[in-house]
Amino acid sequence: MDMRRPPRTVSDPKVRQVGFVTPSEAPPTRSLSDAPTTVAAAASAASASSPPSGEISLPGSSLSPVMIPPPRHASSDGRPSAPVAVPNPASSLRRESLRIRVGSYNASEVVLGTPPSASPSSRTDNAASEFSEETMSPWHGKSGTAKVASSFPGSSSEMIVMKTGVGGGGGAGSTPKSPLTTASVVKTLPGISEKEREVLMGTQNDGAGVSKTLKEKTTKAERRALQEAQRAAKAAAKEAGAGVKPSAASGSAVVANTKQGKVVKPPSQKKDGPQIAPPSGSSEKKVVDRPPEKDRKKDVPAPRMQFDDKHRVEKAKRRAVVNQFEAKNRVELFRHLPQYIHGTQLPDLEGKFFQLDPMHPSVYKVGLQYLSGQISGGNARCIAMLLAFREAIRDYSTPPEKALVRDLTAKISSYVSFLIECRPLSISMGNTIKFLKNRIAKLPDTMSESEAKSSLQSDIDRFINEKIVIADKVIIRHAVTKIRDGDVLLTYGLSSVVEMILVYAHEVGKQFRVVIVDSRPKLEGQVLLHRLVAKGLNCTYTHINAISYIMHEVTRVFLGAASVLSNGTVYSRVGTACVAMVANAFRVPVLICCEAYKFHERVQLDSICSNELGDPDVISKVSGRQDLNHLDNWADNENLQLLNLSYDATPSDYVSMIITDYGMLPPSSVPVIVREYRRENLWI
Amino acid sequence: MEPSPKPNHGISAYYQTRAEHHAIISGDWLSQAQAAAAAGHPPEGPPASAAASKPFSVIDEFNHWRRKPDLAEAVAAIMALVAGIRSSDATTMMELEIELKKASDALKSWDTTSISLSAGCDLFMRYVTRTSALEYDDFHAAKLRLIERGEKFGEISLKARRTIAMLGQDFIFDGCTILVHGFSRVVLEVLKLAASNRKLFRVFCTEGRPDKTGLRLSKELATLGIPVKLLIDSAVAYAMDEVDMVLVGADGVVESGGIINMMGTYQTALVAHSMNKPVYVAAESYKFARLYPLDQKDLEPALRPIEFGVPIPAGVEIEKSARDYTPPQYLTLLFTDLGVLTPSVVSDELIQLYL
Repeated sequence: MDMRRPPRTVSDPKVRQVGFVTPSEAPPTRSLSDAPTTVAAAASAASASSPPSGEISLPGSSLSPVMIPPPRHASSDGRPSAPVAVPNPASSLRRESLRIRVGSYNASEVVLGTPPSASPSSRTDNAASEFSEETMSPWHGKSGTAKVASSFPGSSSEMIVMKTGVGGGGGAGSTPKSPLTTASVVKTLPGISEKEREVLMGTQNDGAGVSKTLKEKTTKAERRALQEAQRAAKAAAKEAGAGVKPSAASGSAVVANTKQGKVVKPPSQKKDGPQIAPPSGSSEKKVVDRPPEKDRKKDVPAPRMQFDDKHRVEKAKRRAVVNQFEAKNRVELFRHLPQYIHGTQLPDLEGKFFQLDPMHPSVYKVGLQYLSGQISGGNARCIAMLLAFREAIRDYSTPPEKALVRDLTAKISSYVSFLIECRPLSISMGNTIKFLKNRIAKLPDTMSESEAKSSLQSDIDRFINEKIVIADKVIIRHAVTKIRDGDVLLTYGLSSVVEMILVYAHEVGKQFRVVIVDSRPKLEGQVLLHRLVAKGLNCTYTHINAISYIMHEVTRVFLGAASVLSNGTVYSRVGTACVAMVANAFRVPVLICCEAYKFHERVQLDSICSNELGDPDVISKVSGRQDLNHLDNWADNENLQLLNLSYDATPSDYVSMIITDYGMLPPSSVPVIVREYRRENLWI
Repeated sequence: MEPSPKPNHGISAYYQTRAEHHAIISGDWLSQAQAAAAAGHPPEGPPASAAASKPFSVIDEFNHWRRKPDLAEAVAAIMALVAGIRSSDATTMMELEIELKKASDALKSWDTTSISLSAGCDLFMRYVTRTSALEYDDFHAAKLRLIERGEKFGEISLKARRTIAMLGQDFIFDGCTILVHGFSRVVLEVLKLAASNRKLFRVFCTEGRPDKTGLRLSKELATLGIPVKLLIDSAVAYAMDEVDMVLVGADGVVESGGIINMMGTYQTALVAHSMNKPVYVAAESYKFARLYPLDQKDLEPALRPIEFGVPIPAGVEIEKSARDYTPPQYLTLLFTDLGVLTPSVVSDELIQLYL
């Protein structure tokens, strides 16, 4: 950031006289997609109408200085802004101070549009070339770098403007101005959308410190485009020949170089190098974009497999144990998630039992149970996996010339990837696997194989006992203190902890009623209903459609969770967010019951990035209703996609309390637990 | 002898202590209660001599300490526990711990309404278990250390108040108007320090029915030369326009970061929140309690008598609870001796303390 800040140096008076040509300094809010010439004309008219003095005369001139608050960007006409609010001296609210900042910054732009100010200042070549290379290129974002670049050599006037801007900016007395002006040159380029302009503004301000907030307001896509363009430009610069850069750099030291011609040249050359050949900008862009795209993939390892990436999917398929056929009509937004045609895996796997020699039978069995849905629920899956691993470890013997630590870790990894093929891992399982691998890695070298194996087995036992069984007991003890006589407790779906809480509360003689809310297609709530009614609890059963009706009689909502993320977001079976939001709207406290081993340090804001897709067939059919056959053969229709999500994310605002084995906590202290828990894991 | 009967039926012991400490002006029940208490236990009766004649009772000890006007209840609890250690004839750390646990449980169950009492007990117990005899090979050295630490606690609590005053007075700026609800020694300390630093501000005191805490506070502030205005409790919303900040104390700070405080704090905070005024809470860290009320009814009510000045018609019920719970989303900052905290940090501190 500091690099871009123009060093203040001796000025070159010649630079300033070109100030007239500033037509391109039109405010960002006007002239969206006109041809450059008309823009220039209009803008020059505008600047002419504005008072020539260097003063900031905001309301009078049509130059709208308010380009800042992004929410306002919708209005494209350059309406005069309201005068900058006078901040309350007492309150040092950030936003207000920001606005002031912005105001002053705009003012300088107005200054630039007018004849040169008296105080001369300039900057070195280095700075100029640098920002033209670094800062400038991203501005052209999607609209194509080539256009801008090619426009440089042709119309040197614009470059001159840029130079003037530098001088004027310096003259205005605040350092960060200079990049601004360059940006304003760019602004008149056709095809830059309003939004992108905001991006521009963001970049311009980089030095000013205001940029951060502005930048953050741009959307993800925009930032990405910006980044890409930046990379493209860098690559381009590289290609353009290393010769130019060093010379520019070395020239930078010389202050005398501030003559126009020189300033113009280095950047223009750079831009020209790769881009000048094909005249059309759009085709050009692709060429530039490609190499960095590849680079990026290389250096950023994808944390999870993205199933919309064909190459990787192909590769994964070759490695796969199970033959998987991907479902055809996947929903666009969820293409990155794995989804297979249901029912193709199981028979295939069963047939392969004897071919898969590295797989331990107990792991195999658990995998099949996951696949068929016999084992579901976070705790159950986790315990089943751990027990299978324990069996596998018991039967394990280190092959000759291999170390137990390494070989066993590899073994476990292969088991895990098998399990993933059966069903994507839950976060709790991920944590557990991390724990187990950590234990294996921490085994002392001196330990004999049998000792190591028994120590691992006891570790697994202890994990199950401490982190799941006892943790549940502690949670139950805490939760029961929150149940009073006469309460109506609502729960959604089937959560093992919540079931235990309800049963225990009933056993200790609390008088309460339970509302079980259920949803298609799994209808897990019926299982819970069956068990609770058998124990003599007073239950009401309803579907989630009736949630808003039933909620007003409820006094507490108890929910389970697949995971709690470190921003307090609760990741749980789909529908939980809906229940929590309705409860919140009715001011009913929402209590999330979740063992601390399921906490995860990840932060997730939506349910899209990471989720699990269920079998779409189950939502297209209603069991027992043969007449509802409108969706038969839906897979043949390309225009129809069915979405059966398994999880959703509940923002922490809707959660009153999280009950864990560490006690009752607000969602805001999940990160503390994650931290403590990790440390504890290292101790074990 | 039955050690100090349960506090008067229907009146929380916690509330009694409060009333005595804060010289709350209220009806004859208090004089009766005081007379009864004075008859039962001579206020300055030396507990050590009593211990010689009869078996030691934590509750008597606690009652002795809690009558001292400048002592917070948590400190009194810790003093009582320290006396327990002193009179204990345990020979191992484990034994001592068990004895202490019993004593603290007895204290807690004697008055379930006091949050700072139970928080103080928990805090000291935590300290005892952490200072296990491992650090001291000699049991007696460990015991002495505990006693010393306990006795220092009163000092620590006074120092905490000063720290809070130092931190809190920075938030008071010249020309501001502060709304204060309830009588809190910490809040008074903050205002005192701000005034002695020549800050120019004025204070609105709510009347604080039925305890008239506002009268007491306004008297104290007036003697300090701070401009003060007394409001009736229902004028909070009316006056909020002029107010720049709300400053309250707390009976207890709970795990969610919310506070439990004198009745009316919640509504004051609600009004302030809806008018975008900051609500600051001044509370010592020993008031942090591992409690998590979900709503108003989710806590042990501290009952107290209310006078309406006129006879109450037959068949009319009276809400007697002395305090309410203010959820964290309506609080801006907490001034504590651990620093100026946002409500969500309270839970972090508690986790670090108790886990």
